[in-house]
Amino acid sequence: MLSANLSAIFYLISGVLFILALRGLSSPETSRQGNFFGIIGMIIAITVTFLSIGNFSTGFIVVLIFLLIGGLIGAFIAYKIPMTAMPELVAGFHSLVGLAAVFVAIAAFLNPEAFNLGSPGNIKLGSLIEMSIGAAVGAITFSGSIIAFLKLQGIMSGSPITFKGQHPLNAFILISIIVLTYLLCSTQSSNLFWILLAVSFLIGFLLIIPIGGADMPVVISMLNSYSGWAAAGIGFTLENTALIITGALVGSSGAILSYIMCKGMNRSFFNVILGGFGATEQSSSSQNKEQRPVKSGNADDAAFLMKNASSVIIVPGYGMAVAQAQHALREMVDTLKKNDIKVSYAIHPVAGRMPGHMNVLLAEANVPYDEVFELEEINNDFANADVAFVIGANDVTNPVAKTDPQSPIYGMPVLDVEKCKSVLFVKRSLSPGYAGIDNDLFYKENTLMLFADAKKMTEDITKNL
Amino acid sequence: MEIDPFIFRLSIFILSIFIGYYVVWSVTPSLHTPLMSVTNAISSVIIVGAIIAGLAGNSDTIFNTSSIFGFLAISLAAINIFGGFLVTQRMLAMYKKKKKDK
Repeated sequence: MLSANLSAIFYLISGVLFILALRGLSSPETSRQGNFFGIIGMIIAITVTFLSIGNFSTGFIVVLIFLLIGGLIGAFIAYKIPMTAMPELVAGFHSLVGLAAVFVAIAAFLNPEAFNLGSPGNIKLGSLIEMSIGAAVGAITFSGSIIAFLKLQGIMSGSPITFKGQHPLNAFILISIIVLTYLLCSTQSSNLFWILLAVSFLIGFLLIIPIGGADMPVVISMLNSYSGWAAAGIGFTLENTALIITGALVGSSGAILSYIMCKGMNRSFFNVILGGFGATEQSSSSQNKEQRPVKSGNADDAAFLMKNASSVIIVPGYGMAVAQAQHALREMVDTLKKNDIKVSYAIHPVAGRMPGHMNVLLAEANVPYDEVFELEEINNDFANADVAFVIGANDVTNPVAKTDPQSPIYGMPVLDVEKCKSVLFVKRSLSPGYAGIDNDLFYKENTLMLFADAKKMTEDITKNL
Repeated sequence: MEIDPFIFRLSIFILSIFIGYYVVWSVTPSLHTPLMSVTNAISSVIIVGAIIAGLAGNSDTIFNTSSIFGFLAISLAAINIFGGFLVTQRMLAMYKKKKKDK
């Protein structure tokens, strides 16, 4: 049996390894090593837990069996999941962290002796507070992530669900969680504990249903953050350093990502959380609905334009992920490169359904990461490029964000696609994007619309090159 | 007067938030998706709590309500740990630099 001090030191070491795991992600070269540190940290934490309990009887076997079952399921998912489904996967994983936190809190509440927290009905006050916070945040993470998962998976409509009195109701429930926590701590009643959990599950659902599909990058980051705070809450209960460090890391990581995503849309965090975007807002430009002339072309025209270009910038968006067009796109780019055409990729911070979504898809299609650029890095290059190839993106290219203060997306940083000599826009139809606003780019003199499925169009262009 | 150990844990917590803040800002935006999957994996270190709960029963009663929740939590966290690290590894293996000969 490991002494408490020694195991505390090992938990500290695994916490440090987790910090290094995140640190490694500062560049793709060091990232694989970082992931390795993370794995070592996890192995240390689990091994030390077994050694410090020192119980290797039947219970140990049962624990191993459950560990193995989970591990096999996890490994199976990790190998099978297509890269386009990454947002759903991450949302699903968040829900599991949340539920695990809830279960651990329940176990600790029912059997506090095992955790040195006192006896049932007489749990130490501090531990009870920490436990309730961990359980409540965990429950919110769980149910919120389930909704996010259903929306991303398309099982539930991606459009916001709003109803009258939604915000007062949510506010009331949030206040009741605080009141319940207070009452629970003063009475130690197990009924209150269950009610607290039920109410927290409910608020998780209610908080996420009004948020629309394209705001999912913020939601996923936010739930990422919550899962961290839930882990930290449990970490305080268990007096475990590894868990406290990790919870804090994950919590701040998710918060920063949410901030970056909100900035990418020029919207405040509260604006996103309160939801309803894209459902009710009527923009000024949608009023003049008269048919404006649009130039549309076919794969042949597009191939001709690109063949005569010397530099091409590709702007991918969520539509590319939906059409699974990343491989076809890379084949097209290979052909272009053979003709000595310079190609780069421009990625908007909120392109796709989660932070970095497009980068992963391009990496999957073997696009070297040094050809892929962020908005600030590449935005000045559009003026010098011959062709911009917009595939599956829309709102992030809309010049209205720079010109029309009435527009709901005014002030959002956009890619200066219109400065290119010509713009090729692959899209299924002229329908407006998620924000519900018309894209002026469609009607520009130098824009050629390619109405087709992104994957099919890209393949056709390659054939014509 | 002795300092409550809670204060030490709180100090660790606050300092870790700051470490997280600076470390995460230095993560390159193209790796934000792996960042999310790896944070998923590491936050599942909550499994240590689940293991404690699962092993709490004595040899007569391995399965009581508390330990069953512990066992379930072990499986959930294990899905995340294995799934999270492996999918991160799979993603990171795809990030390649331009070939030199081009």
